[in-house]
Amino acid sequence: MTTTATRDKSRRRRAFTRGDRFTLAMFVGVPSALHIVWVWIPAIATIGLSFTYWNGVALSDIKWAGLANYDTIFTASPQFYHALRNNFYWLTWFTLIATPLGVLLAYQIDRKIRGHKIYESVYYIPVVLSLAVIGIIWRFMLGPAGLVQVMLGHPGIEDAIPIFGNYSINTYVILGIASWRHIGYIMLLYLAGLKSVDPSLREAAAIDGATEWQTFRKIVLPAMKPVNTIIIVITVIESLRAFDLIYIIYGTSTGWPILGMLVFQNIYGQAASMLGAAYAVILFLLSIIPIVFYLRTVFRDDVSS
Amino acid sequence: MSGIVQDKKYRNRQKIKDRFITAFIGIFAFVWMVPILWTFWTSLRPYQDIIEKGVFSRPDTLNLNNYAEAYRQMEIWGYLKNSFLVAIPAVVLTLFFGSLLAFVVTRYSFRFNLYLLLLFTAGNLLPVQLVYAPLFKMYIWIGDLVGNRNLLYDSYLGLILVHVALQVGFATFVMSSYMKTIPKEISESAMVDGASVFRHYWNVILPLLRPPLAALSVLMTTWIYNEFFWAIVLIKSDSKRPITSALGRLQGEYVTDFNLLAAGAIMAALPTLIIFFILKRQFVSGLTLGSTKG
Repeated sequence: MTTTATRDKSRRRRAFTRGDRFTLAMFVGVPSALHIVWVWIPAIATIGLSFTYWNGVALSDIKWAGLANYDTIFTASPQFYHALRNNFYWLTWFTLIATPLGVLLAYQIDRKIRGHKIYESVYYIPVVLSLAVIGIIWRFMLGPAGLVQVMLGHPGIEDAIPIFGNYSINTYVILGIASWRHIGYIMLLYLAGLKSVDPSLREAAAIDGATEWQTFRKIVLPAMKPVNTIIIVITVIESLRAFDLIYIIYGTSTGWPILGMLVFQNIYGQAASMLGAAYAVILFLLSIIPIVFYLRTVFRDDVSS
Repeated sequence: MSGIVQDKKYRNRQKIKDRFITAFIGIFAFVWMVPILWTFWTSLRPYQDIIEKGVFSRPDTLNLNNYAEAYRQMEIWGYLKNSFLVAIPAVVLTLFFGSLLAFVVTRYSFRFNLYLLLLFTAGNLLPVQLVYAPLFKMYIWIGDLVGNRNLLYDSYLGLILVHVALQVGFATFVMSSYMKTIPKEISESAMVDGASVFRHYWNVILPLLRPPLAALSVLMTTWIYNEFFWAIVLIKSDSKRPITSALGRLQGEYVTDFNLLAAGAIMAALPTLIIFFILKRQFVSGLTLGSTKG
């Protein structure tokens, strides 16, 4: 860091004193070092470890494996395809249903319908809850003796019908719970963006006799382009990173496997193997596309200027 | 003339439609609240009441006994304290580092500024599972090196540092977007006056950063308080667990006594709910500063 600071000095009008140079080096150096050592070096190490056999204990035990871990995942792990499918369901559901619902909600609330302030808070409350709390709350709804069980006519603990363990419905149940949180998040992000859309544009459209739907499609959506991109990217990244909710509900990857859970199970604890690292790398490769999109949207002005 | 008539007709139709939409959003909002209200309701009733008369029965007594009991038996306060001992230093440190970086990045034009921001933001978006295993190893290794294995692993410090390392990019990004709106002249006059870099940061820039600092501190406190993954993998001793990861264990232990569990969950949710309702404005502006660039 110091060398770069020194090099730049010559280009500046006013030379930095030695103290200033030191201050600047510390200002940039300490946070950067922390970030690089804590995030990037481990991330790169995981990529390297995914090509090895290792139980995670002694460094001397690390053995080169080539692509063996990936081979195991692709050819001998049915759970992987199961998880991939579930992540895909998650992504599809969030993109096609939950996110548009959040956007629609934001649009209606932004029109200042009666009680919009209350609705704004109500829809946002699930977002400030931790997923651990959300897991417990939904257990009270769907678990034995839960509200839904009672309404379905199974009030007792013994005669409860399995909901989380029922493979024909648990996908919808999990996606429903996840949406409970996601819709409010998207709503708030979009609502904030909508406040920056010039209201006279919409008034003009209304005077010209445009319907509500036409106004939304032709005026609001184009004006919100950067927000749209960010919301889509957030949706994709969240769908790939999903972990907490599944961990809280099932604790393992057998109930409803998902990539984030497979990584965790294979890399954490006694049974650690670098299969988990390979899963993490696959997750990373899938995340690169949305991350690049995000960076491009957010930093576009800086790059061009 | 006909235009006005048409307009009126259109407006009436819109009014009916609006009423319809409002009703729909209202019902939807009620459905949204049901799980929370139900949990709250459950938390107010004695366990015995539900066992004898069923979940839907009319309660004989409604009181806060479950809360007192959960507070005592589950040692909720200890876990809450752990959460704050992690979240508060982590937020302070993140904002401090973030403001330093934002200051340098926007006030001194080095060539690597943009790349630095890119690196930090990308790091913030990485799947955490990609980082976990080597970081864990590094924590043990650093601990052994200084002769205290629990220096970073199974300690508040280690958890705080990982949060700071991951979140500092977002804080930098938000504050640097904000700082671009502060006129450069303010900085130039400080430089002409011969203020040192540190004084320029501390006396000129930092006070101006108050709005994004307020917004970010609210947002990040809730994020870190609610964070789950690092809390379960980096903290081993139960007594050091933050509330969110402790709830996972309590859920297993009190699986049948769900009134107590309901009270525990509500208590765990209270800090973020209080923060949200009191500081909603900061909360929302923190989110929007970050996502839409001001």
